[in-house]
Amino acid sequence: MLKPIRSLVLALVGVLLFGVNGFSQSTPQAFTGAQIIPISGEPINNGVLVVEDGKITAVGGENTRIPRNADVHDVSGKIIMPGLVDTHSHIGEGDGGDRSSALHPDVRIMDAIDPRSDTFYKARAGGITSVNIMPGSGHLMSGQTVYLKLREANTIEDMLIYLDEEKTIYGGLKMANGTNPLGGSGFPGTRAKSAAMVRELFVKAEEYQAKIEAADGDESKMPPRDIGLETLVEVLEGKRTVHNHTHRHDDILTAIRLSEEFGYDLVLQHVSEAWKVADEIAEAGVPASIITLDSFGGKLEAAEIKNANGKYLEEAGVLVGLHTDDGITDSRLFLRSAALAVREGMSRKAALESVTIANAKMMDIEDRTGTLEKGKDADFIILSGDPFSVYTHVEQTWIEGSKVFDRSNEDHKKYATGGYEVFRGEVHTHHEMGGSQ
Amino acid sequence: MRSFSKLLLIPVLLVAFVFSNAEAQIAVKGEMVYTMAGDPITDGVVLIKDGKIERVGSASDVSIPSNYEVHEAKVVTPGLIDAHSVVGLAGHLNQEHDQDQLETSSAIQPELRAIDAYNAREALVGHLRDHGITTVHTGHGPGALISGQTMIVKTAGETVEESVVVPAKMLAMTLGNNMSREISKPGTRSKGIAMLRQTFIKAQDYLEKRNGEEEYSKDLGMEALADLLEGKLTALVTVHKANDIMTALRLQEEFGFPMVLDGVAEAYLILDEIKAAGVSVTVHPTMMRTYGDGKNASMETAGKIYEAGIPVAFQSGYEGYVPKTRVVLFEAGVAAANGLGKENALKMLTIDAAKLLGIEDHVGSLVEGKDADIAMFDGDPLEYVTNITGVIINGEKVK
Repeated sequence: MLKPIRSLVLALVGVLLFGVNGFSQSTPQAFTGAQIIPISGEPINNGVLVVEDGKITAVGGENTRIPRNADVHDVSGKIIMPGLVDTHSHIGEGDGGDRSSALHPDVRIMDAIDPRSDTFYKARAGGITSVNIMPGSGHLMSGQTVYLKLREANTIEDMLIYLDEEKTIYGGLKMANGTNPLGGSGFPGTRAKSAAMVRELFVKAEEYQAKIEAADGDESKMPPRDIGLETLVEVLEGKRTVHNHTHRHDDILTAIRLSEEFGYDLVLQHVSEAWKVADEIAEAGVPASIITLDSFGGKLEAAEIKNANGKYLEEAGVLVGLHTDDGITDSRLFLRSAALAVREGMSRKAALESVTIANAKMMDIEDRTGTLEKGKDADFIILSGDPFSVYTHVEQTWIEGSKVFDRSNEDHKKYATGGYEVFRGEVHTHHEMGGSQ
Repeated sequence: MRSFSKLLLIPVLLVAFVFSNAEAQIAVKGEMVYTMAGDPITDGVVLIKDGKIERVGSASDVSIPSNYEVHEAKVVTPGLIDAHSVVGLAGHLNQEHDQDQLETSSAIQPELRAIDAYNAREALVGHLRDHGITTVHTGHGPGALISGQTMIVKTAGETVEESVVVPAKMLAMTLGNNMSREISKPGTRSKGIAMLRQTFIKAQDYLEKRNGEEEYSKDLGMEALADLLEGKLTALVTVHKANDIMTALRLQEEFGFPMVLDGVAEAYLILDEIKAAGVSVTVHPTMMRTYGDGKNASMETAGKIYEAGIPVAFQSGYEGYVPKTRVVLFEAGVAAANGLGKENALKMLTIDAAKLLGIEDHVGSLVEGKDADIAMFDGDPLEYVTNITGVIINGEKVK
């Protein structure tokens, strides 16, 4: 009996010393021999990447100085690139607003996410290190989204990416227009009504904001707290980005029109008919987060989606990102989404950016992740070959200096391939939830 | 071609008539030509005459007649084959008026013919064609014990009559927990099997009458089931869980009809049993979503089934939402990267699929006398970033 207890104690000591990831943060890790695609510059052959205390401390050619005490990983023949950033996902088995209203700015998806969900393992297996998890699109506003680092976690707090010093903002606001939010009691019946309801609520939020400003710090003059309006004030102040689900060309322009009226930061999501209004999107200076699919169709207002959207938006000068919308596409195959965009004419450079730095910019985390640069978080992936090849596997995923996925470990690999009793949770397919894509 | 009855030959002849003579003769040059009948040919040539393959060989051996229209590609393969789809019955709009793959008025409807519901102009058919897929086994979908018949089409043609290769090929069946919720009965797995067994026993009696001397009243459903029992049709059983696969094999053993297992997410648990039963498999899309009965799906399953020596081909399957269809070319690529290998994936997309569907005398490899169905690529066909640069069906350039 003694021995197991002692090893348990030792294991606990290990956890205390090294944190839940079981990896020492203090020993520098150096990766040598790989081609490094830093995104911030040209690929470096036979490059060196050094990370310490969760940060990148050096990226460069073969002569880059490696600290004497570093653990050196020879990854010759491999590719190292930044960890992938997904701007639109439904992993984590969360939820959002209910059917009581079409507008739920008060609802936080972070209150409903299971940090132990196997969908997180799936995403790590696909090389995803940062993600924007959103509630669905069956509402004009279905709730606050959450930005996560896919660190190994016991609680949702372990994963949050804080955007402000007070640590109160860690996501955006999900909005939707077009057909998904239509119908039902308390919901709009038409597109124009949808826009009117959103505008009405933002007008209220502006009034609420004015009252707060008028109080000028005097508690007795403050309006009663309204957590929904507080969220919209964050949107109006540019502290919280609106992620607007939209498909049809006219709905895309409506989303832009509302953002300009109230002056909030907007990311267009899906943008299925972007190819029809790419110049208008470019002129508005609004970024677009798009998806590539195995075929068009399945949903009427997305019937004219093109995998060439990336190409058209790139040519128009729009900041383009890609997303999985997992389970519409699979987090394990996120690089494939970019490859399909290349297949349809997007440049390799823009496609690589569309799964890394472009998405980091849309989530305001570009100073921490999305490229391999000194001082940024050590979020990177090691690939067996070209990022856009079907034969390439994600071999390792590292987040802030900790390895969270290793394909050579069978217990990890099963999340990349699937198999018997690997995935227990149900995939968020949108289909039964009234459609979200 | 045992399965071609006289009735079935009529559309085949129609196809031949429609496409013959009208087109210029064609030569296809490929830096790499995968004939799927022997080793690939470097710098190969395929000559096409009157819709059929006239000659295949190395450019140094085969001279191209001057009146032939020449097409060039990096890689040339036979037209690809989707061994099970619902396109043409299921349309891309996903509205009630373009979804004919499942009739929910009752659980057993073997009399429903695919040819009566196939829309040859459906955009999804064109989508598959643009990805090099020239032959599709399509028809009624999963969701009912017996949802109806399937057929084999070429992805060219503007009417079902122009497109059809085999008008009635299989009976689409579903076991396990994949039943449409709109069908009230059966409510359990075992009730479903009881219903099927009773139906097949009735069909045995019907077949006896059909083969007898006395007059009998014709029943369209029983006609189809009698054809199944006689081996003129094949049961295409969509099933994922290992225990349900075993149930399918039990049915097959009791009634003795030919069977193709479709989907089989948990096949890797019972490969020996599947092999011993002598059935073929249309394996689930490699990238299938892991939920419901298929939650234990693995990207390595196609490779494991192939390795076990079980006849197997790729399917695009049925999709209820976005995307509205998958593409076997893409599924093959991911399977190739997960244990199957490129050469085996190409075989499963072409000659193996043709054999599984019983049409290998017509399609599936680049051999003299076969239909001139060809896909052209600007690189490795399975790579994500490779484009399809040309498609030929029955000797006609369709892309």
